[in-house]
Order: sequence, then C-alpha cells, then structure tokens
Amino acid sequence: MAINTVIPKKNRNIDDSFYREMKFVRMRTENLNFYYGKKQALKDININIYQNHSTAIIGPSGCGKSTLIRLFNRMNDLVPNTRIEGGIYLDDKDINGPKADVVEIRRKVGMVFQKPNPFPKTIYENLSYGLKIQGINDKTLIEQKVVESLQKAALWDEVKDRLHDNALGLSGGQQQRLCIARCIAVEPEVILFDEPCASLDPIATAKIEELIEELEKYYTIVIVTHNMQQASRVSEYTAFMYLGELIEFGKTEKIFTVPKEKKTEEYLSGKFG
Amino acid sequence: MLEEKITVLKQKIVESANIVESMLEKCINSLVNKDENKLNEVINIDEQKVNEYEIELDELCTNVIAQYQPRAKNLRIILMILKMNNDLERMGDHVVNIAESCLYLINKTTRQSLNDITQISEIARTMLKDSISSFIKEDGALAKSVCEKDDQIDDLRKKYFSRLVADMKEDEDVIDQSMHIIRIIGNLERIADLSTNICEDVLYVSEGRVIKHHASE
Repeated sequence: MAINTVIPKKNRNIDDSFYREMKFVRMRTENLNFYYGKKQALKDININIYQNHSTAIIGPSGCGKSTLIRLFNRMNDLVPNTRIEGGIYLDDKDINGPKADVVEIRRKVGMVFQKPNPFPKTIYENLSYGLKIQGINDKTLIEQKVVESLQKAALWDEVKDRLHDNALGLSGGQQQRLCIARCIAVEPEVILFDEPCASLDPIATAKIEELIEELEKYYTIVIVTHNMQQASRVSEYTAFMYLGELIEFGKTEKIFTVPKEKKTEEYLSGKFG
Repeated sequence: MLEEKITVLKQKIVESANIVESMLEKCINSLVNKDENKLNEVINIDEQKVNEYEIELDELCTNVIAQYQPRAKNLRIILMILKMNNDLERMGDHVVNIAESCLYLINKTTRQSLNDITQISEIARTMLKDSISSFIKEDGALAKSVCEKDDQIDDLRKKYFSRLVADMKEDEDVIDQSMHIIRIIGNLERIADLSTNICEDVLYVSEGRVIKHHASE
C-alpha cells in the first residue's frame, strides 16, 4: 500500500487539488508511452488510480483508453510488435519490471470485458477454476469463496439453486455478473472493466452500475466506457483522453460541471467524438 | 444512486430552512427580551451559515444534474430544491434586515405595541415551517393552506401600516421607530411571500398544477 507521493509535474492539465488530500494510490503510471509498431498510441500518460475508488476513463474511439486499461494487467504482452516506455506501478512495484510475475499481476489486477465470456462450464466451475489454479484444493474453502463471490456480485439469489447448470444458460446480464464474480473469487486488488455494459440492456446495465458502486468498498476500480453518463454515475474520478494523451483528470463532478480544458468541454457537450 | 443523492439534497435544504426559521424566532424573541447579543449573532453568524448552505446546495444540485441526468419527477424535485435554496437565502437576508431594525428598537421605548410584530412574525414563521414540511411530505393540502395564510399577512400589514402612519402624523417623535417597525413588517411579509413561492412549487410537483400568479383562476 503506497502513499501517494508522486505528483505528475509534466502534465499541465491535471487538477491537483485532491493530491493535497492524503490518499492511497494503488496503481500509477509514470510518463507512459506505448507504440503499436511505429504508431504511438499513448503519449506521456501520468495517472494515479486511488484505492477503493472508481476511476473512469472516457474519450472518443481510438483515444487509447482501452490500450491504457489493458496495460494495467499486461494484456498487451500478447500483441506482437508493441513497445512500452515509462512505468506502470502496482503498489509501487513496476509491473513490467524484471522481477514481475505476470500470473500474480493478473490475479491482483482482474479484468471484466465488454462481452460476457464465461467458461462453457457450470456456474460453480466458473468460479472454482481460478481457485484451483491457485492450488486451493480444500473443498469447503472453495465452496465458501464461491458463495461469497456470488453474493458480492449480487448474483447469489438468482443462481443459488442452479449452481451446477451450464453458465451459458444465464442471461447476458447474469453472465456479466458471473464474470465479475469469477474475477472477485481470486481476491484481486484492482478490477478493470472494459466497457462492461456495452452489450447489455438498460436494466442489466443499471444492475452492473449499482454493483460497481458497491464493489468500490472492497476493490479499486478502473472502468473504460464510451458512455459518458455511465462514467459520471459510477466513478469518483474521471480521466479524459484524446489522441493518446491524458487531457484532463480530476474529480468526476468537477470534470462534468466545470472542466478546465476546452477539449474536455467540447467532448462532454457532444461537439466531437 | 440518484435516490441517495436526492435524499441528501432534501436533508440539506431542511437544515438550511431550519436555520432561517430559528434566526427569525431568535430575532423576535430578542426584540421582546432586548437581547442585543443574540441580534448581532443573527446578523454576523447565522446568515453566514445560510449563505454557505446556498453555495453548497447550488453545487450539489449542479453536480447531481450533470452526473445523473435526472428525469421526470426527480428532475422536478431537484429544480425545485434549487429554487427553494435561492428563496431561503433571500429569506436569510430579510431576517438580517429585521434584526437590524430590532437592534434599533430595543434601545427605544416604543409607544407602539410590539404585539403587531410578534403576531405577524408568528404567522410568517409557521408559513416557512409548513412550506418546508409540505415539500418533504409532498403534502399538497398543507401547501395550499400556507398559500391561503398569505392573505392574512397582507391584511394585517395593511391594518398596521395605516395605524403607524396615523401615529406618525400625530407625533413626529415616533417617525424613526415607526419606520423601523414598517421595515420589519415589510420584511416579514416578503418572508411569507417566499414561503408561498415554495408551496406553489410543491403543488406543482405533487399535483402538477400551476397556481402561480393566480394561474388557476
């Protein structure tokens, strides 16, 4: 648990009023640049992700928000011909450093994707799988964790009588909550959401949004979304990105009422994007 | 999420209204008991609190609208809270005017009875209190009764006004204090009007009827 000490000096657009308050920074990036081949996708990103808060990343398509969030648990490792400069720190340890263990990082930094992607197995197995991989064999412990994570993901009441049914039989919204439960089961520290409601109807979306707000109590949350309203509803901090740059970062209510940058103002009022 | 925010807004507006109400009560009691300190407290401390609430509520309402895009009834309630907030701040200013005139009056032996003031202020204070509870309970009937009380205040004001004018014509020495009493009564009447405004909005939110400017006639 690192106390925030790093204040990005280079980035002129950062609302630093809240840096004065003492907060725990779970993750941060330092002068982060990222390239797909010759194309630079991220430019000098300095961002702090605060513990037990949710941070939304918004911006038009191609601004680099998904690239950034994918870097947080090294999902881009698998993309060929990419290059990374600068640092990404989880609890002050560089996740790309020589000693970093990618499996451990992905356990600590869980991810939920746009399209629900449960394993084609039973609901129970979807949750126990990650635990077994971690080497947990105690059946009672697994069972306890399965129940706990389903409860935390607000799915328990709906599935408690059919834990051994195939997960693919659940509705889209339930599948997405199952994916969140699967993520929670391995006790992560940070949960990344990449457009978690993009393929869900409004009711399922509202449930996931409520859930995200609830999960803030236990986890640190980063959410990438196209939906500005969603960002404004669920997040405490908002980062606005444009063409690979972090244009503005600050308290959500400030960003959505009195943004400091003209670009943010224009994007929020629907002038582009 | 939005519901919780609206609950907070409602709590804050009630807190702000309670301060205004107690300021008014403090003012009139201090006039009767000749308590200069309490009057200064109203002018220098209490009004500041209402102003702080106004700024805070303004900001909270703006944030809720920007973050949650409230619709239908939720939107009407938030817009109403914004207007009430404005009205309460104005009421705070009126109470300060009253306190200033009370400060003048406590050092004089008034020939006129202070009963006039206490009577009107009691009605105005009840109106303010009822307007806020009608908003919280969404009680249209209570809101309507507040609107009706406004006529009582107007009648009393007219009655006292002509009496005070007569006093002034009779005895030049009472002009100063009579002017202060008129000022107090005028400000009390404005407080009653602003309470009526709140109730008109309550009727709109709860019953969907516009009764402003006698629109229902």
